[in-house]
Amino acid sequence: MAKIKPSKGAPYARILGVGGYRPTRVVPNEVILETIDSSDEWIRSRSGIETRHWASPEETVAAMSVEASGKAIADAGIDAEQIGAVVVSTVSHFSQTPAVATEIADRLGTDKAAAFDISAGCAGFGYGLTLAKGMIVEGSAEYVLVIGVERLSDLTDLEDRATAFLFGDGAGAVVVGPSKEPAIGPTVWGSEGDKAETIKQTVPWDRFRRGDVGDLPLDSEGNVKFPAITQEGQAVFRWAVFEMAKVAQQALDAAGISPDDLDVFIPHQANVRIIDSMVKTLKLPEHVTVARDIRTTGNTSAASIPLAMERLLATGEAKSGDTALVIGFGAGLVYAATVVTLP
Amino acid sequence: MAATQEEIVAGLAEIVNEIAGIPTEDVQLDKSFTDDLDVDSLSMVEVVVAAEERFDVKIPDEDVKNLKTVGDATEYILKHQG
Ligand SMILES: CC(C)(COP(=O)(O)OP(=O)(O)OC[C@H]1O[C@@H](n2cnc3c(N)ncnc32)[C@H](O)[C@@H]1OP(=O)(O)O)[C@@H](O)C(=O)NCCC(=O)NCCS
Repeated sequence: MAKIKPSKGAPYARILGVGGYRPTRVVPNEVILETIDSSDEWIRSRSGIETRHWASPEETVAAMSVEASGKAIADAGIDAEQIGAVVVSTVSHFSQTPAVATEIADRLGTDKAAAFDISAGCAGFGYGLTLAKGMIVEGSAEYVLVIGVERLSDLTDLEDRATAFLFGDGAGAVVVGPSKEPAIGPTVWGSEGDKAETIKQTVPWDRFRRGDVGDLPLDSEGNVKFPAITQEGQAVFRWAVFEMAKVAQQALDAAGISPDDLDVFIPHQANVRIIDSMVKTLKLPEHVTVARDIRTTGNTSAASIPLAMERLLATGEAKSGDTALVIGFGAGLVYAATVVTLP
Repeated sequence: MAATQEEIVAGLAEIVNEIAGIPTEDVQLDKSFTDDLDVDSLSMVEVVVAAEERFDVKIPDEDVKNLKTVGDATEYILKHQG
């Protein structure tokens, strides 16, 4: 049998740089109230959201990704040509093929980096980070760009009281590269497909195309409404608050980190009430900085963790070298949690 | 051993105190969670899950909306506890 030479990777991986892009248009709750019966007070108290960003036609998934990635690459202090792979997590890129990652890799000036999209909803950042770490340690790439990007405004039914106020647009990116020390802990991740119905797209594209009405929501003219994300809010809230606190604890345990060792907590920004409840259940001490970027960003799915990370570092609330617990969770249902050293 | 009505009310009082910061003595059978005890629909989910653990009952989402008062919850738990 011929002998195959193995690939040779780095001992460990770490996040070397982070960057974010928030669309120019800031949308306050008053705009949401034009299409649903609600109040600013209700939206703030039930979700923590005060404003969110909505992308313009020019602020495409690719354009926002390129902006965020450029910042992350500069922050990491590397050149785009050194990037070996680009992993993009998104659910709101509307071209089935090719993957948006290839366009982004090209526009950034990478040297034919491997590029592909993944679909892991609001856990997408953790899924991408785990893939990146694997590639670096295994040796198929020295530097990997992980991007979470969404234009959820395109998938929001503005007449749906349960979701109209929740979602926002934006992109967050990190550069992951080699490290002498462990700087990304074991990932605790998984899926619960038996709960797939709790967050989903209202209409699959093929039924939408056929105009196959069935029991689907209709607009005022009797046409099937454009597909949007719908959810069973209470069921998701219950799952997020109780099951995800356990997953977060498992990620701490797997990394051998106690709540006292932790500097920063960056959960997926879905609802400030979920964040507050997790902080309580995990008994995080006062000194732990908690990301509450949701207030001005809304829920940006896969982009929420890197966006929140970038903001905490930019405002000085967190600093390079801090130990952070990150956890993403959402449609699937899927989840991923890990402990990282901040870039 | 199944909890008595008094034990359930006392347990719910501790849970509501923990989640909404309401003094335990204010948690009485006739009190409405939302109107009297500052427990909104999302805090109610937290109360329900804490009660499930404490009293070994399952309270599905569709039953939660029927639990308007501390008395409703107490009665439900008395009936369904394992
Ligand atoms: C969406 C969410 C804020 C809704 O809150 P909720 O408490 O579950 O809302 P409910 O639908 O049970 O409604 C509770 C009350 O508020 C009212 N209400 C619902 N939506 C409202 C709105 N947009 N504005 C004002 N009132 C509203 C309801 O009519 C109801 O009133 P009632 O008790 O008088 O009948 C909440 O369920 C949530 O955030 N869940 C988690 C979702 C999430 O994060 N998903 C993404 C994960 S990646």
